[in-house]
Amino acid sequence: MSGLIGKKIGMTSIYDASGKHIPCTVIEAGPCVVTQVKTVENDGYEAIQLAFEDVEPRKVTKAVLGHYKKAGIEPKKVLAEFTRFEAGHQKTFGDVVKVDVFVEGEFIDVVGTTKGKGFQGVVVRHHFKGVGESTHGQHDRLRAPGSVGASSWPSKVAKGLKMAGRMGGRRMKKINVQIVKLIPDENLVVVKGSVPGPKGSYLLLERWK
Amino acid sequence: MKDIEKIKFVENMLAPENELPSFKAGDTITVHYKIKEGNKERIQNFQGVVIQRRGHGVTETFTVRKISGNVGVERIFPVTSPNINKIDVNKRGVVRRARIFYLRGLTGKKARIKEERV
Repeated sequence: MSGLIGKKIGMTSIYDASGKHIPCTVIEAGPCVVTQVKTVENDGYEAIQLAFEDVEPRKVTKAVLGHYKKAGIEPKKVLAEFTRFEAGHQKTFGDVVKVDVFVEGEFIDVVGTTKGKGFQGVVVRHHFKGVGESTHGQHDRLRAPGSVGASSWPSKVAKGLKMAGRMGGRRMKKINVQIVKLIPDENLVVVKGSVPGPKGSYLLLERWK
Repeated sequence: MKDIEKIKFVENMLAPENELPSFKAGDTITVHYKIKEGNKERIQNFQGVVIQRRGHGVTETFTVRKISGNVGVERIFPVTSPNINKIDVNKRGVVRRARIFYLRGLTGKKARIKEERV
């Protein structure tokens, strides 16, 4: 696995060689600094920790400040762990990782936090169809969830039953997102299609091999 | 760079710059559009009145309306599409609106547009 931390900039569209219109997302990714290398001996598992985007020193706690001082870099906004990079891409403490870990045209996974939708009913949240009809004397049942269980047996509602509730705002991984274009000078990655989350949200770009 | 500038940067870098004549709503134009049929590529002409231009940058589009037979046909083209071979401006029309949707409800002599005097 190789990876980078990025930030969603927004969407646009481009045309491919055959004149086809492709929707794309522009992501600002890296440069990230390796702030810690976790090993089996020390931490029980292998991983490297990357830091992304500068932040004013007064905005981080002193404990965190010390962590960055150890790596000899300015404090950063986001920290994320990646399981060790694959052969040929191994990184050591203090290394700077840039978009050139990826290759144009390859498929990556993008992890983000989806947009929060608030408290939603079952029609929006689970694509239920509602219960009744809008006419024939029925009312108030158009977007209802229907029955949630049986009668005296089992006398309870099954766990995990789909109901209304909070929707969105959770971690989501979109797999097999194709990289359309890499712009190393500006640290930009252009991927095909959408990625989770609002503009300005942080993303993890991962390549699994 | 601000975020919006980054998007513009990507758009400018990846969008092919189309050299199109300037036209606006009310103009009559002919769009020479490349069409792929199997392996063959040919050019189809679509002549009609521009009824709107919307959006900006890479996503800008324009709508052309013509009467084919007795039926109104509208086609939307992206301004930056590489499939547009060229555009001829046949007539410059004088209209007061940027979007002349009222044309849809008019036929025959009522649907004429005053031509710009040069």
